Amino acid sequence: MRTVDKKIVVIGAGPAGLAAAIALHERGERDILLLEREKKPGGILRQCIHDGFGLTRFGESLSGPEYAARFIARAKELGIEIVTGATVVGLDADKTVTAVAADGMTAYRAQAVVLAMGCRERTRGALAIPGRRPAGVYTAGVAQAYINLKNIMVGREAVILGSGDIGMIMARRLTLEGAHVKGVYEIQPYPSGLPRNVEQCLNDYGIPLHLSRTVTEIHGRDRLEAVTVSRVDERMKPIPGSEERIECDTLILSVGLITENELTRMAGAQIDPRTSGAVIDEHFQTEVKGIFAAGNVLHVHDLVDFVSLEAEQLAASVTEYLHGGLDECGVEVSGEGVIQLIPQRVSAKRDVTFALRPAKPGRNAKLRVEQDGTVLAEKRIPRALPAEMAQITVKAEKFLSDSPVKVVLSFD
Amino acid sequence: MDFDFDVLVIGAGAVGCAAARELTRWKLRVAVAEKNNDLFGGTSARNSAVLHAGFNNKPGTLMAKLCVEGNRGFDELARELDVPYKRTGKLIVGFDEDDRRRLEALLEQGRANGVPGLSMIGKDEIRRLAPNVMGEFAMLSESTAILDPFRYVLALAENALKNGARFLFSHEVTGIERLNGGWEVSFGEKRLTCRWIVNSAGLYADKISDMLGKKGYVIYPCRGEYFILDKRVGELLPMPAYPVPNIRTGGLGIHLTPTMDGNVLIGPSTEYIGERDDYSATAPTMDMLIRDGSRIFPHIRREHYIRNFSGIRPKLAGPDKGGYNDFVIERLDGAVNLVGIESPGLTASMPIAKLVVEMIGEVEDLEKNESFDPVSRRAPVFRELSREEQAKLAEKDPDYGEIICRCENVTRAEILAAIRSPLGARTVTGVKYRCRSTMGRCQGGYCQTRIAEMLMEELSLTPEEVLYSQEGSNMFTGRAIR
Repeated sequence: MRTVDKKIVVIGAGPAGLAAAIALHERGERDILLLEREKKPGGILRQCIHDGFGLTRFGESLSGPEYAARFIARAKELGIEIVTGATVVGLDADKTVTAVAADGMTAYRAQAVVLAMGCRERTRGALAIPGRRPAGVYTAGVAQAYINLKNIMVGREAVILGSGDIGMIMARRLTLEGAHVKGVYEIQPYPSGLPRNVEQCLNDYGIPLHLSRTVTEIHGRDRLEAVTVSRVDERMKPIPGSEERIECDTLILSVGLITENELTRMAGAQIDPRTSGAVIDEHFQTEVKGIFAAGNVLHVHDLVDFVSLEAEQLAASVTEYLHGGLDECGVEVSGEGVIQLIPQRVSAKRDVTFALRPAKPGRNAKLRVEQDGTVLAEKRIPRALPAEMAQITVKAEKFLSDSPVKVVLSFD
Repeated sequence: MDFDFDVLVIGAGAVGCAAARELTRWKLRVAVAEKNNDLFGGTSARNSAVLHAGFNNKPGTLMAKLCVEGNRGFDELARELDVPYKRTGKLIVGFDEDDRRRLEALLEQGRANGVPGLSMIGKDEIRRLAPNVMGEFAMLSESTAILDPFRYVLALAENALKNGARFLFSHEVTGIERLNGGWEVSFGEKRLTCRWIVNSAGLYADKISDMLGKKGYVIYPCRGEYFILDKRVGELLPMPAYPVPNIRTGGLGIHLTPTMDGNVLIGPSTEYIGERDDYSATAPTMDMLIRDGSRIFPHIRREHYIRNFSGIRPKLAGPDKGGYNDFVIERLDGAVNLVGIESPGLTASMPIAKLVVEMIGEVEDLEKNESFDPVSRRAPVFRELSREEQAKLAEKDPDYGEIICRCENVTRAEILAAIRSPLGARTVTGVKYRCRSTMGRCQGGYCQTRIAEMLMEELSLTPEEVLYSQEGSNMFTGRAIR
């Protein structure tokens, strides 16, 4: 095993890792290594051939590969070292990153580590959907990889469970490739993906979206033959007697994303059960000093543009950490009416931006940050959706003390 | 008359593969006919993966005797065949006086069966051995072990193959005719002749027995459903934890079992079903498993669910009677009939195989196969090695440096070995059972596309030909863009 000293190791060359490495370079860092397990950088963007990426960041609508290509080109231009085909198999609290690749195993001894591993999809098994175990049940991202990266068609008559963004995008994709998408079924009473995808992927193609329904049985011994769909009550429990059998050869699951934190745990960093990502402070630093996290490994984002932005903010903190250190963040943050809230700890000495999602949809939401019963910052969200992230910034001078801070979203 | 084979074993489960392996110790031409397209199609791959001690069965039964023998002989067998197993011990926990009486009876029964290492322990000792397991008291069985059932079956089959046995997959027996001195067996249009038949057809053993002329057995398929939990829970459970069995149900009760790879199984339920291949998971049973499992092990969380599966017990005891009927192991004219080989069949599989040889040896003189080699080895398993060993392997072979399954750290080299080995994988689940890819928490989200592609490359398959598991389980409809 080789041992190599590296100032900064970034794990994952998807949108977060690329943006972090570039921003670190632009801040003057030179000893940066980007590790990627795939053969090419770009992460999940490589299979996202639809457009809509980059509206916030570049002011134009790009495909996933185009969005990634801009970062990859910039990284190459800066001469950032990217090692592909390298899977990280170990991360220690002392910031040793162990990666295996076709040329053997290397232990990189880093001064700072950036976690940018992204997320994975929730599976049938995680939902415990009853029934048989035939072929033809795919998560949306896997089906997308087959079609867009491998040129392989997964089926002809499809039902989609879950109205996550990838599910809706795959509904359109399957339709464009000649499959018949019978419908998208969503267990919640509202779509879980972005409104623009409901319009552009479902409504424009006449694909029906059925709310408050879920798949309650999978039929077919060898290949999928049908699914049973049931209505659910307000507790999301299937209502007996509401079953409907839908013949199909393909079931696509778009039922949520799970942050990929195996390495984070290995390093001993604490995980927040509410975000299922690492507990971080306002510097994107985990509980293990010198290990930072940004992007979907931290909390699942709605738009890739915000992933890039977050990774760039992280880069500023990493640079500061390497050149003198960061403020202690002893002030606890909690949420009410919000989910996916980060950061979990702040210093109360600097401006800080909280990112979150509304716990439930509604109009005229009021988002505020409180401390000691006083409102530190406040804003209106005309149309709050769990599918859309929201942010609120508190100015340094507004903090009153070291008491816990609370981020609250309420409806009038 | 010239026969194609001396012995045809019907069914490539643990018992059939063990019988084939033991038969190749002798100068016999052995074939194994399996209706599925691979190993792992039935009960041997769908169970709790426990090497039982032998206290659950009545003294004097074949079940008791062969289970104890199987447990005792497993250390040597596992060494020969390179089967991962671990003598974890096992707890059967009780809560009230009724449980205590039944546990004491179980302990007596175990001692009568010759089971070593049984004792009653108190709450403190439970806390010491398995701090997260509930129970006021328990019976500890020290000789109970957990094993890798997939490797066990594969190793038996590979070793039989190495010693000259032939494997005929996708060969479903459709008829058996008695010939002078042997049999003619039909597989649809195809026919083979043999002198002996070993009926190790598991769930279909009654049907094969009928064809052999021994009528009257009825196999009652009895499904057991399971949950598989994440490895994070595995750290909390050092050994299997069972409730006191209610013998009437014909199962051992909903128990928690750590697997060799660090997951936890909850199950199995006990449900008599109509079909012999309905491996469904059902909503009411799933709820029950979690409820009952939580009584013994209150650490089950929804976020830890990985997958559900079910196995089907080939029971001779029907739903009206319940409980267990003993194994049927009998010699017919030109055949050895194995019927009702349910739990503890996996543990007893090698002693059953030895009995099969003994029964044939009672009729004819068997000549030793001097070149028999009892040893079978796995290709190096990356995830089981130390960092230093992994590094050495990856330096030597670049395919060991390419991780295909990121949850279980399965390398390209291991998947290629699974496909290229003599009884190689032909399907995605075939690869899974041989090297654990897609068994982790992402369930193939990362590796399934890669494995499908490797199968296509290695076996020159078109997308339409790629199978998930059995015939008919085609994964793809073709190219997206031609």
